[in-house]
Amino acid sequence: MTDPVVRLHEVHKSFGALKVLDGVSFDVHRGEVAALIGRSGSGKSTALRCIDRLERIDSGMITVCGHDVADPALKLRALRLDVGIVFQSYNLFPHLTVMQNIMLAPRSVKGLGRAEAVDLARGVLAKVGLADKADAYPEQLSGGQQQRAAIARSLAMQPKVMLFDEVTSALDPELTGEVLRVIEDLAAGGMTMIMVTHEMGFARHIASQVLFMHRGRVWEAGPPAIMSDPATPELRQFVGSELRR
Amino acid sequence: MMGGHLNAFHLAYLANGAMWTVVLSAMAFLGGGVAAFLVALCRISPLRIVRVASGAVVQLVQGTPLLVILFLAYFGLPAIGFSVPPLLAAGASLTIYVGAFLGEVWRGAILAVPAPQWEAAECLALSRTQRLFQVILPQAVRIATPPTVGFLVQIIKSTSLASAIGFVELARAGQIINNSLLEPFLIYVIIACVYFALCYPISRWSRRLERSTGFARSARVAVP
Repeated sequence: MTDPVVRLHEVHKSFGALKVLDGVSFDVHRGEVAALIGRSGSGKSTALRCIDRLERIDSGMITVCGHDVADPALKLRALRLDVGIVFQSYNLFPHLTVMQNIMLAPRSVKGLGRAEAVDLARGVLAKVGLADKADAYPEQLSGGQQQRAAIARSLAMQPKVMLFDEVTSALDPELTGEVLRVIEDLAAGGMTMIMVTHEMGFARHIASQVLFMHRGRVWEAGPPAIMSDPATPELRQFVGSELRR
Repeated sequence: MMGGHLNAFHLAYLANGAMWTVVLSAMAFLGGGVAAFLVALCRISPLRIVRVASGAVVQLVQGTPLLVILFLAYFGLPAIGFSVPPLLAAGASLTIYVGAFLGEVWRGAILAVPAPQWEAAECLALSRTQRLFQVILPQAVRIATPPTVGFLVQIIKSTSLASAIGFVELARAGQIINNSLLEPFLIYVIIACVYFALCYPISRWSRRLERSTGFARSARVAVP
């Protein structure tokens, strides 16, 4: 088996006295979709942010596409070229149109010419079904459209792995559906993805690996089937409460 | 021109003074703008020493009356061997003064751009400079524009202090004419009206800018 795209080994992280990650370990291989589930405060988002070095870890090891993320001398730019991340709050740049949002990094970071960048942007916009919104400003779009534009912006950098941090939590069910369909297409296209999500049905349907986090640890991990047949009372309770939501 | 009534010559003299008020204001705004930009960048520097040092300079200038800065530049520097003409002394003093105040306004505008915008730009592999110039500053400019234009009014009025070092701008021109005509009420009403005429349109402009700050909204206005 090849080396995993993302590997966390015994990762510890505290915010002051609060232990957020207490020995987290998991591997995600090429083409896999890992779903991080668990209660708020269980450490899922922090784990995701550590992978992109938005947070530094206290101890342990994280490797992402061959980068040693815990190394203080890590070339952050190189890491960010390989990793795409999409946030709950979209974080599109409000002063730029959708097209300009997408073209910014390919042009500034990769030095693409204008024509090339336009082609690239049109391609990713078509992928997320927003070809007709290229010249709109973010505030003229619905939440679902903004989130799809944010996904397109990440895709334009052609990352090797995509991270999704509760990308549908700010959306109503209808808009959630349109964003999840885009993610589903990406999974079908073989993109390696790690997603923090509260969409249990979606996780079960799309994930190749489910990681249930509890108290800063991966409490239970396995194929989506573990959600129907939990081994631990914590996961059983969590799945039960999520179904009742 | 001792005694007599207000005549065309006096008005021309006032107009000349008003012209120098505008020149001084422009110098203060341009020089102060450059200084303010540097101050704002230093105040958000990732280096603590730069932040602290620039913060100390800002505190020092903000805690000193503009009049004292003017005296230091015009009377103080020659005493230690640097002779400075009034225009340069006034221009430099205003530059320092404006740099300190506007720099803090602009720093506030930069900090008012939500932190996730920095993060999103960082995650797209943009360098710190690219993040600042391509993502943060364009948004900060929107936030800073109304208070900056409002501050222009303060600058125009502050230039009247240059009269204290003998620079003949509008206020000083009024004093000189009054010395010969001895009609202070009339003359200072005229001076006040000229200042008002310079400042009021700018105040109005500032208020209009405050009402229209949305990105898309201004874009729609731009496309007929």
